[in-house]
Amino acid sequence: MPAKKLKSRILLVNGTIIDPYTKQIFLGDILIEEGRISKIGKIISDSNIEKIDCSGKIITHGFCDLHVHFREPGREDKETLESGSMAAMSGGFTRVCVMPNTNPPLDSPEAINFIIKKADECPIYIHPIGAVTKMQAGNDLTEMGLMEKEGAVAFSDDGLPIQDGSMMRIALEYSNLIKVPIINHSEDECLRANGLMNEGVVSTKLGLDGNSDLAESLMVNRDLELADFTNSKLHIPHVSSSKSVDLIRRKKRVNSKISAEVTPHHLYFNEEALNTFDTNLKVAPPIRTESDRRSLIQAIKEGVIDCIATDHAPHTLDDKETTFDLASFGMIGLESCFGIINKVLVKQEGMELLDVISLLTVNPRKIMNFEMDLFKIGRPAEITILDPDVEYIFKKNHIQSLSVNSPFLGETMIGKTQYTISKNILFSNE
Amino acid sequence: MLKNKHLLGLAGYPAEDIQTIIDTAFNFREVLERPIKKVPSLQGVTIVNLFFENSTRTRISFELAQKRLSADTVNFSASSSSLKKGESFKDTAQNIEAMKIDAVVMRHPTPGAPKHLTEFIDSIIINAGDGTHEHPTQAILDMMSLHEKFGKLKGLKVAIIGDILHSRVALSNIYGLITMGAEVVLCGPPNLIPHHAEELGVVVNHNINEVLDWADAINVLRIQRERMGKGLIPSIREYRSLFGITSTRLKTLKKEIVVMHPGPINRGVEIDGVVADGDQAIILDQVLNGVASRMAILFLLCSGKKINEES
Repeated sequence: MPAKKLKSRILLVNGTIIDPYTKQIFLGDILIEEGRISKIGKIISDSNIEKIDCSGKIITHGFCDLHVHFREPGREDKETLESGSMAAMSGGFTRVCVMPNTNPPLDSPEAINFIIKKADECPIYIHPIGAVTKMQAGNDLTEMGLMEKEGAVAFSDDGLPIQDGSMMRIALEYSNLIKVPIINHSEDECLRANGLMNEGVVSTKLGLDGNSDLAESLMVNRDLELADFTNSKLHIPHVSSSKSVDLIRRKKRVNSKISAEVTPHHLYFNEEALNTFDTNLKVAPPIRTESDRRSLIQAIKEGVIDCIATDHAPHTLDDKETTFDLASFGMIGLESCFGIINKVLVKQEGMELLDVISLLTVNPRKIMNFEMDLFKIGRPAEITILDPDVEYIFKKNHIQSLSVNSPFLGETMIGKTQYTISKNILFSNE
Repeated sequence: MLKNKHLLGLAGYPAEDIQTIIDTAFNFREVLERPIKKVPSLQGVTIVNLFFENSTRTRISFELAQKRLSADTVNFSASSSSLKKGESFKDTAQNIEAMKIDAVVMRHPTPGAPKHLTEFIDSIIINAGDGTHEHPTQAILDMMSLHEKFGKLKGLKVAIIGDILHSRVALSNIYGLITMGAEVVLCGPPNLIPHHAEELGVVVNHNINEVLDWADAINVLRIQRERMGKGLIPSIREYRSLFGITSTRLKTLKKEIVVMHPGPINRGVEIDGVVADGDQAIILDQVLNGVASRMAILFLLCSGKKINEES
């Protein structure tokens, strides 16, 4: 097994420590005792302590993903909290938020409690996101107050966008009681219609029903205005279009309670990739044009988009090895995240590694009000050790998830998370 | 020999291969004029007609082409709904191939289904229409018919008229005609022409009279009556008045243009009965050329397989 319990004392030696909270970068060692950070700096060690040689590597905060689907309860053949944890650790993640579109959905305090209890036995920190409406049906509010008490950190109807504007207003107003974000997958169902991919020249060439960027941006606009009006926290997931970026940019200038995420696949692919009819690229919202991709990268650089989230969405082979109309939406993304993000943003776009790591650590934690100062002495160690320069081809053996629906298979990655430490467990990709 | 193993569509298909198919089709057209219309070219080759969507003329045209070439053929029809309930597309395809066949002619309601089929089985795949994507054999027979009439395709002015958005015939014709050097104009109600159509290298013009003035030939698409109920077309009366190919319209033109239609025709909707039956229409030549074109395609793709396996 790639995961094992940490020794009571372990020393990470001679790494480049990047602390995205203090924004410091320095050469040094980290001593972990009984799973907690005990010392950081130049540490003189005795010979009988277990060491991990980190020379040439980066030691940083464990990554945090605000948007994953671990399929439990209901589709444990696709993913479980346990297998999802392994996928997360393999990708350097120590903390994730799971979406409520399970079966049954996470729409009650009891369902939230089920996740919290199960998560307690998992090697990473798993936070449930509760459904906004009962059965995600868009009609009646869930017991958001009680669910928050049980441990729900945000509320979302996930892939079933709240179509009714007055329902969205009610949800945002009510969320002010508990001051957690509402996350709405922005997509106007009427405009989306049967859309299977971005509406553009490629969908025209392929004869596939298009899903216009307007389906997203019109609802983003509605949600931004409603959040402004209700003075509530709104988080916009997986932004995919240039039009949405423009709207978010404008609103963020006057409203500090708005946040947004983007996925690695929207930063890496453009619609041309769909020319092969690869069902692994069928995803909601769809992969859009190169110009949209450029806008998303620009939005990251400007801070208009706050963080990276994978929207890790496991599906069985049968769900994907079919015709395009019947294939399920979604792709897995935890294991491939860093190698793609680092390749696009650091290697191709010239961003600083510290800033890119922030997109995976302090920025998402800030949105969810999680502890951000992970290198504080005495804190339980949540650490990722990575090599930002190693190049490799992404293959099935890099996947820990129960599902393998990744369009990144066969792509060249740059950068790899090698060790992940969380809850006194050491995960190794070596 | 053709460069590609399969015929999935005309997007990116080489011009010289389209020309080879058309030239070969004219040879087979001669065979079809003989008293005995059968040649032994594909003896011993087994072809499955895998139809996941209803089709009369395309299926009969393929079947006839296969019989004229002496191939062994099997027909499989399944509505996509029964498929959704039971066996998956992949299982159906793999089961049929396990019975040792050489080629599959497939019609399917979903764009890309023939491409997916190439990932599941090794046989030669010929696309007989995949949803609103392509219908390459129809475009080849249309181009053959234009070639027969004009002696060339390069520089021809061809208008495609009707519901372009839901048409695989239009898309394959656009690809094929542009590759062969023809000019293409699309005409129809704005909501039935893809928003990004001009990026395909065609001109969009909603004025039917201007388009008819410009064209050497028109390809009139069937207006599917089921579109009417969905608010896409206000009424038959309105459509006929704005886009119908009426004898009155054709009479006002200074020249005679060639009229094509892939069938089945809605007389009095997209085209007048008199026009469809008139001298300018080559609709029945298209049907005959369809058999010849499909013979050419089957021969060019499958005879290589026969030789390889014998040697």
